[in-house]
Parts: sequence; C-alpha cells; structure tokens
Amino acid sequence: MPHDHAHTVLPSDPALRVKALETLLVEKGLVDPAAVQEIIETYEHRVGPQNGAKLVARIWSDPEFKKAILAEPMPILQELGYYGRQGEHMVLVENTPTLHNMVVCTLCSCYPWPLLGIPPGWYKSDAYRARAVREPRKVLAEFGLNLPDEKNIRVWDSTAEIRYLVIPERPKGTEGWSEDQLVPLVTRDSMIGTGLAQAPTQ
Amino acid sequence: MTQPSPTFEAPWHADVFALTVALHDNGTFDWPEWTHIFGSVLAQQGCDQELDGGDDYFTAWVIALEEMLSRKGLADSEILSSLKTAWTQAYLDTPHGQPVQIKRADA
Repeated sequence: MPHDHAHTVLPSDPALRVKALETLLVEKGLVDPAAVQEIIETYEHRVGPQNGAKLVARIWSDPEFKKAILAEPMPILQELGYYGRQGEHMVLVENTPTLHNMVVCTLCSCYPWPLLGIPPGWYKSDAYRARAVREPRKVLAEFGLNLPDEKNIRVWDSTAEIRYLVIPERPKGTEGWSEDQLVPLVTRDSMIGTGLAQAPTQ
Repeated sequence: MTQPSPTFEAPWHADVFALTVALHDNGTFDWPEWTHIFGSVLAQQGCDQELDGGDDYFTAWVIALEEMLSRKGLADSEILSSLKTAWTQAYLDTPHGQPVQIKRADA
C-alpha cells in the first residue's frame, strides 16, 4: 500500500508490544478481555484519592475509630472495602506538630492503590524515587512545602508487602466541621506527604 | 486546586497495567514476584537516562511483563515479535476510522 497517510496512525513501539501481549494472553485464555476492561474502569472512575480522603476525615472526626485503625488497620480497611488485591499490608503514619511523614517507593512505585488510585507521574519518576530518602527536605521544598528545621521528617519506603498512608494534620480553623466538609481539604499529596491538608478558605 | 490529571496518560498505559493486574488476580504470579522484576527493569532502564515516570515508566512496565511471561514459559519472544509485526501491518493497512484487526496466518 502506498504511504499516503490515509491509514490509521501507527501507535508507538511499546503500544504495539502491548497489543501483541494482549492478543497472545487472550488467545491463550490467560486473561479475560472483560476483566481487563473492568480493571481499567475501576481505576479510571471508582478508585482514587477520594477514598483516602474519606478515611482521613473520619480519623480526624472520630477518636475511637482513629485509635482502632491506627492500632490495627487491616480489618477495618477490609470492612470498608479499601483493600488491595495485591495482598499488601497498610500502615497509617500520623503527622504531628513535631513530625512530618512522607512516602516513597525506591524499588518501583508501590502505592496504596485502593486508597489513592494510580500514582502520579512524579511519584514514579527517578528524580523523586532517588531523592526522597536522600534529601527529603529539599524535595519537599520543591513541592512548595518548606518545613521548619525543628520539624523532623520521616521517609517511609514502600514495598510489595507494605504500603503507607500519611494522616496529615487537621487544619486549624476546622473545629466542629463535619466529615463531609473535611474531605475536600485532604489532598492526594497530603496523604503521600508531599503536601499538607488544605487550610479552610472562608 | 490543581486540575486532576488523567489516571492514565495513554490508553496503552492502562492496557498494560490492567493486563498485569488481571494476570495477578488469576494467580499467574504473585505481587512481590512482579515488583522484583519490575524494580530491576526500572533500575536497568534508569542507568542510561533519568526516567520521568511517564512513557518511559510504562515502557519499563511492558519490558517487565514480557520478561515475567517469558520466565514462566507463557510468552515466547518470537511469537510476541510476530504479533507485533502483524499489528503494525494492520495499522498501516487499515483506512483511518476503520477498526484495526490483525490477520493471522495461524489463526
């Protein structure tokens, strides 16, 4: 066929390799195309940082719940449906006036999918993965988060088995707010530790 | 507030992610096995250039999945390569707007 640009745009090399993988896996009966589509739908529309935000808002609002989930998160997360199919164990790490937590995966990009969805590009970048442990204060400053020198920073390195969620500090001026009012203040970055919960805007 | 970015920047990112999760779901491999291979591919790829976490990250993902399936004897690299050629040809042969299908001699 002459090259007259009337054909469909040729996908990139990795995209064609994915096509090849998909064809082979479906032909061999190793994956069900409907299951694959369902996974994409789930992550594009149903799983995301709103899950983590709801959890954090409840932790801020309910001291009994907070005590229980910090002590033993897995049974509660399973009950709430925030449970990953990768069989990972979640650890919730709480920010305090003297301690700031941040999360990285230096190996690849392990991340609490059920609570935060798919990680953003920067979380998967070499720059973040290599530098978060070595120079966290500088990395946080690049996110616009300048922490005072007296605030300690603890960096948690995720693995296939253990994932972390940061519980940010509840913003001042939100006393008496309902969980629903608090949820929008809990940003994705605040639960990775590269940001803080948003301050209320009057 | 910044605008929410799309979950997957390209359809093939979503496809390779979902294929991997589906294979894990049906017990083809366990997740630590996956992160081990994926982590070493990322480390190799990152030796020559700094990965930005976008296309290059998912390209490493594709390489890792091919590697995982080859180790398990589930995907021969020659078969994958001929399927890729078939898909390339199908895209080149299909008029714009038509669904792209591959023709297989052995199908």
